[in-house]
Amino acid sequence: MEEVPPSSEAGDRIKADIDDLLDEIDEVLESNAEDFVKSYIQKGGE
Amino acid sequence: MAIPKVLGIETEYGIIVRGAAESNPIAASSTLINAYLTTLEQGLGGHRTQRVGWDFQDESPGIDARGEALLLSLAPEVETHLVNAVLTNGARYYVDHAHPEFSCPETADALSAVRFDRAGEEVLVRSMAAARSFLPDGEEIVVYKNNSDGKGNSYGCHENYLVDRAVPFGRIVLHATVHLVTRQVFTGSGKVGTETPLSDPDRVPFQLTQRADFFEEEVGLETTLKRPIINTRDEPHADAQKYRRLHVIAGDANMSETATLLKLGTTALVLAMLEDDEIGPAVGLARPVPAMHQVSRDLTLRAPLELDDHTTATALELQFGLLELAETYAARHGLEVLGPPEVGSAVLSGWRSVLEGLEVGPDEVADRVDWAAKRRLFEAYRDRHDIGWDDPRLRAMDLQYHDLRPDSSLSRRVGLRSVVTQEEVERAVTEPPDDTRAFFRGACLAKFSHDIVAANWDSIVFDTGESALHRVPMLEPSRGTRAHVGELIDRSATAQELIELLGR
Repeated sequence: MEEVPPSSEAGDRIKADIDDLLDEIDEVLESNAEDFVKSYIQKGGE
Repeated sequence: MAIPKVLGIETEYGIIVRGAAESNPIAASSTLINAYLTTLEQGLGGHRTQRVGWDFQDESPGIDARGEALLLSLAPEVETHLVNAVLTNGARYYVDHAHPEFSCPETADALSAVRFDRAGEEVLVRSMAAARSFLPDGEEIVVYKNNSDGKGNSYGCHENYLVDRAVPFGRIVLHATVHLVTRQVFTGSGKVGTETPLSDPDRVPFQLTQRADFFEEEVGLETTLKRPIINTRDEPHADAQKYRRLHVIAGDANMSETATLLKLGTTALVLAMLEDDEIGPAVGLARPVPAMHQVSRDLTLRAPLELDDHTTATALELQFGLLELAETYAARHGLEVLGPPEVGSAVLSGWRSVLEGLEVGPDEVADRVDWAAKRRLFEAYRDRHDIGWDDPRLRAMDLQYHDLRPDSSLSRRVGLRSVVTQEEVERAVTEPPDDTRAFFRGACLAKFSHDIVAANWDSIVFDTGESALHRVPMLEPSRGTRAHVGELIDRSATAQELIELLGR
């Protein structure tokens, strides 16, 4: 994948927000990612 | 003259039963919806007031439902065992295939549609909570507002737009295709990997949309296989002499309210420009289907697309071209077709702002565009844990972004901007929009549900105890508003009185 150019504005603040977010979501993330992904099977719809 | 763009959005949700050894998605969807309806009924003293069924009379194209008609039979046997409810907000909430589906009421503008799309999410959230008491301990139904299971199975989020039938369909195909393919730059909900059999997953670690992989045709009637960019289903659910309903199946379900607003608003605007013949030269994409895949997979937004005049342009350039035509159109005609003035201006300025942001880079629009929000989160996560795009944790997060449970949803945590308030959303859970025929449907259901046998998009069937049933047709989507019938409904103590007043 080609690199996307970094955003110029308010980069540091956003990075800090993202760091906080990553800390926060660690607590809500699915505990067994691999099993969860495997078990998520849907029938086609529409 | 362009006609007012009455529009609507319908979403099939992904569904799983956690904690169950195995589960049947049709049974789980039925349990989910029944649990919600039961909770509503308990709130109303135990009456089965919400069980007004859907009228399938509507599903046969060609039937003219105008005038009062004797209705001798109800829905076909085959479908009636599945839950299929009409709600007091004018929505249809039902089991479609193996998914719960919420079809929003018809709305008169894109902002109102966002309110009801969010109300749909709220109904699903309440349904999940209600379903807990119907399930064994340790089991939980969870729904996801996404469009793919990552294993090649897709389910839709469809848009509907009222279009003047006088516009030749070929012109709609040409111009709408350009918009549907290129609007993906801001409508995409993002997806880890690809589900196209022949593509190399390593070359598509992440793409803009959930849906692009599933499109194989330019134009067609299908929705479940060989999906076409332009769907030709011709069921206007309105006066077929005057109207067409453009049924758009090419979009993603969005968690971002701004994305939903712009998806609906810009598409409605493009259709209005078509109706007024102000859409510019008839230059189409040379190869729309490969272009759809290419746009979804090009995170740089810089890859050129071949046009049928042998030139090329990027998706962003084509979007800017449409935007500039729209700005000229707005200056000349105004934007009343998009509803109240604040909606037209929010659509036009939001469109420009998001395209200009994308020109700088996706992080600029990560508060409005789902794929950009997802990508920023996943890149940061990859960075912190030093993992590749093939790590299952990213696929799990990709699903969890769309998890509707407030405690688990990742999209609620990434800083997406709201365009509607929680109060508006909660009102839209039970109250219909004022300004379309959905008002009549919802208000009648709230007041006279005991006397309603069935309802659908363009009629309501009353049983007032006389020998014949009364079908009240609603073939004009912009009639039956609060302004038209609110006072009549208020004045009527019974459905019989209402029917008499309507007949005068």
